[in-house]
Amino acid sequence: MAVAAKGESVVLSGYRRKSRLARREALEGFICISPWLVGLLIFTAAPLIASFYMSFTSWTVTYSPRWIGLENYRYMFFEDSRFWKSLYNTVYYLVLSVPLYMVGGLITALLMNANLKGIQFFRTIWYLPAVLPSVGTALLWVWMLNPESGLINRILGQLGIEGPRWLLSEAWAKPAIILMGLWGVGGVMIIYLAGLRSIPRDLYEAAEVDGAGVWRKFSSITIPMLSPVIFFNLIMQIIGAFQIFSVVVVLTSGYVGERPGGPADATLFYVLYLYQEGFQNLRMGYASALAWVLLIITLLVTGMQFKIAGRWVYYEGLPKK
Amino acid sequence: MDTLVTGKKRYMPLPLEKVRQSILGRKSSRRVLGSAVLYAILALGSLAFLYPLAWAFATSLKPLPQVINEPLGLIPRPAPQWSNYLEALTAQPFARYTLNTLIIVTFNIIAVVGSGALVAYGFARFRFPGRDTLFTVLLATMMLPGQVTLIPTYVFFSKIRWVDTYKPLIIPAFFGGGAFTIFLLRQFFMTLPLDLDDAARMDGAGFFRIFLYILVPLAKPALATIAIFTFLGAWNDFFGPLIYLNSKEKATIALGVYYFRISQFQFVNIIKWNLLMAASLVFMLPSLIIFFLAQDTFTKGISLTGVRG
Repeated sequence: MAVAAKGESVVLSGYRRKSRLARREALEGFICISPWLVGLLIFTAAPLIASFYMSFTSWTVTYSPRWIGLENYRYMFFEDSRFWKSLYNTVYYLVLSVPLYMVGGLITALLMNANLKGIQFFRTIWYLPAVLPSVGTALLWVWMLNPESGLINRILGQLGIEGPRWLLSEAWAKPAIILMGLWGVGGVMIIYLAGLRSIPRDLYEAAEVDGAGVWRKFSSITIPMLSPVIFFNLIMQIIGAFQIFSVVVVLTSGYVGERPGGPADATLFYVLYLYQEGFQNLRMGYASALAWVLLIITLLVTGMQFKIAGRWVYYEGLPKK
Repeated sequence: MDTLVTGKKRYMPLPLEKVRQSILGRKSSRRVLGSAVLYAILALGSLAFLYPLAWAFATSLKPLPQVINEPLGLIPRPAPQWSNYLEALTAQPFARYTLNTLIIVTFNIIAVVGSGALVAYGFARFRFPGRDTLFTVLLATMMLPGQVTLIPTYVFFSKIRWVDTYKPLIIPAFFGGGAFTIFLLRQFFMTLPLDLDDAARMDGAGFFRIFLYILVPLAKPALATIAIFTFLGAWNDFFGPLIYLNSKEKATIALGVYYFRISQFQFVNIIKWNLLMAASLVFMLPSLIIFFLAQDTFTKGISLTGVRG
C-alpha cells in the first residue's frame, strides 16, 4: 500500500514535472512567435476586419465614415463601368499570361535540364532578367516598346512588318505588358528546374529498360513528379496576375494627358483602379469594398485550383485519392 | 507508371545509350545533331534575354541625336558619352534617394532576419497548444492580397502621424519579417538535429541562448538568403514608398526612377532616352551584382520559396 502510494506519487510528480516542463516549453514557444502573433493582430487581423466594416461605409478622408450598407457593392456591380473594365483587363491579362508563362517556363526548364556542356552559363543568362527590379525593367521596356525607335518595332521593321503602337494603342497595350513579362520567364523556369532536378534518375532508367520513349517518359514520369511544383507555380502566377501594379504604373504613366492605366483605361488593372479610388480619389470606403471583392475572387480562384489539384497533383509518399 | 517501375520481369541490361555507344564506338550522329540544335536554341534565347540589356547600356552611352536616328546599333559614336550618367544622376537628387533607400534597406534586413529567425525558431522547436493551427494561418496569409489590409493600415499610420516617414516601411518588418521568411527559416531549423539543443540545455543554457549561440550560427546560409531577398525586396519596393512617402526629398530610388520618367515625359519635348536608360541601369546594378556574387544562394533560395526578384 505504502509502496503503491509512493509509486503513485512518483508518477504524479512525474506528470506534474512533465506538465510544468510542457507549460514552460509552451510559454517559451509563444515568446518566440510573439512578434509574428502581435503583427498578425495589428497588421492583418485588425485591418482585415476594419476594411470589411469600411466597405459598408462612405468614407472620404475629411469626413468620418458613414454607414451606407451595401451601397458600395451595388454601385460597383451595377453602375461602375470602370470596375468592370478593370476586372476585364485583369482577367484578360491572367488568361493570356498565366498559361504562356507556365508553358514557357516549363519548356525553358526542360531545355536547361539538358545534360549539355556549359548549360550553367545559359541558365545564368536566361534567368538574369527575372532578378532585375520591376521598376527598372519596366522603364527599359518603355524604351523597348517605343513605336518609332524601340528595339521591338525596329526588329519587326527589318522583317518588313510594321509594328503596332504598343503602349500607346488600346488594342496592343495589354499584349505589350504580357510580352514584357515573357522576358522574365526565367523566374518560373528556375522553380521548375529545381523540381526537375529532384526527380530520381532511376525512375527514367527503369522506364527506359521497359522501352518507354521520350514522350512516355515525359507524360508518365516528369509531369506527375513535377505536378506539385506546377501547382505551386500556377497558384503563385494567378495571385501575381491579380496583383499586377508597379509595372503598369511605370509603363503607362506620363504619356500626354494620361493617368496610368491608359490609353482609354486599356491597362487599368484591378489593383491600379483600387489605388486610384483609395489614394487619388480618396474614396476609402469604396476602395475597401474593391479590396474585399478582390479577396473573394482570389479565394474562389485559388480555392478552385486546390479542389481540382487533388485530381492531378501527385505528392510522393501520400496515397493517391 | 507503376507497371513500368515495379514490373515483374526485371533484368539489368546496360542503359541503351551505353549499348549503342559500345556498338558504334561513338555517340550516334543523331545525338550530335540533336545537341547542335539545342545549342542553337540556347544561343538564340540568350541573345533575346541579353540583347535588351546590352542595348539599354549602349543607349545610355549614346549622344541624343544618335539615340533617335540610329537606335538599333550597339556602338555609341563618336565615343561613349559617360557624362550621360552624371547628367542622369543629377537630374534628380539620386544620391539623396540612394541614401534614403539604404536607410530603409538596412533596417529591414535587421528586422526581417532578426525577428523572422526568432519566430521560425518558435515554430520549429517548441510544442505549444495551437501551434499547427497558427502555422496554417501563417501559410494562409501568404495568399492574402495585401490590398485588403492596405486601406485601414494606411488610415492607422496616418492617424499616428507616420505617413511621410520611413516608419511604415520599416516597423512592420520587425513583426516576423513576413510569412515567406518564417516558412523558409522554419524549414531550415527543422533540418538541424535536436541533440544540439538538448546538449546545450543540459549545460544549463536557456532557450534564448540556445537560439542565439547554437542555431543562429548554424543557420547562417539560410539567414544570408533571407538578407539578400530582403535587400532586393526593399530596394525594389515601389508600392510602399509610393503611398507612404509624399515629400519628394524622402523618396526612395525606385520612386526616384519613376519621378524621372514622369518628368521626362511631361516637361520635355524630346525624351532623353539615354539618360532614362542610365538611371534605370544604375538602379538595377545592385541586383545584378548580388546576382552574380551570390548566384548559388540566390537560385537555391528562389527555388525554396518561389519568390521572384
